Amino acid sequence: MTEIKLVPQNPANGSVAAAVLSCGVGCFLLGVLAVAADGSKRLSATLNIYHPTGPLSGVVTVAIALWLLCWTVLAARWRNKTLAFGKVSALAFLFLALGLLLTFPPFGDLLLGR
Amino acid sequence: MEITLRELVTSIHGMLFGGFFLLALFGALVLLLDRGNPDWSNPDAAFARPAPRWQTIYLIAMVALGWAAVLSGATIIYPWYRAIAPLGANLALYPQRLLMSHPTTAGWHNFGMEWKEHVAWIAPMAGTMVAWVMLRHRAAWNAYRSVRTTVLGFAAAAFLAAAIAGGWGAMINKKAPVQGGQSYQLMGSAK
Repeated sequence: MTEIKLVPQNPANGSVAAAVLSCGVGCFLLGVLAVAADGSKRLSATLNIYHPTGPLSGVVTVAIALWLLCWTVLAARWRNKTLAFGKVSALAFLFLALGLLLTFPPFGDLLLGR
Repeated sequence: MEITLRELVTSIHGMLFGGFFLLALFGALVLLLDRGNPDWSNPDAAFARPAPRWQTIYLIAMVALGWAAVLSGATIIYPWYRAIAPLGANLALYPQRLLMSHPTTAGWHNFGMEWKEHVAWIAPMAGTMVAWVMLRHRAAWNAYRSVRTTVLGFAAAAFLAAAIAGGWGAMINKKAPVQGGQSYQLMGSAK
């Protein structure tokens, strides 16, 4: 008698890919906003949404809002999908690395020509 | 033995929220490095069991500590730190102004605080994603080595960001402590 063995299919990884990529994008946007606010007095004033904290309040609020928005949109689009996770992961790490680099003051100053 | 309100809140921010967040992140890294999980080489593990209850509590507490650290830092401590000193004021109560008042200490703000105030936020963002994947996507977690490796990388980045922020915070607070406000007597004075 032949034994029939059920082999489970690989589960969808779209939701995980959405979480990972949006996190990388969020970190990158945080870095971009930090440098941009440092370089532009107008943007800095716009981002000053809580005066005691200054422009930092707007930088982190906008970055977190965009991160969560990106996560929500990607999670909705990629739910139940199986993606090439390696490519998503590489892109997410690139964004994360750029985000970390942009928060490093000498790098921001270099970009701003100081 | 006396402590001021600002010193107390700064200690809670740095030592309770920040310190325990850093410890918890290190624990999560150890958890992620555990290669002995039998589910990872088991094809049936795609039908994943939920995370053990202790891991759920642990990871939620880790994320809560991370957000508590950055939110308390940005909304309570940082305004005290960056407050503008009135003319002729004692700069000891205005740490940023105190640091910037001398070229030999200005770097603690221009480099240290400028880096800390931004990089710190990467830690709870990445920590939230790590906890989310570990708790909510066990099937993909078990099935794909690339998922586990990526999450480990983000956990390491969160630890690095938290360590940078915590390290600078501790050093800056040694050079120009956040102090002032109401005083509390913790213990009777020794005679």
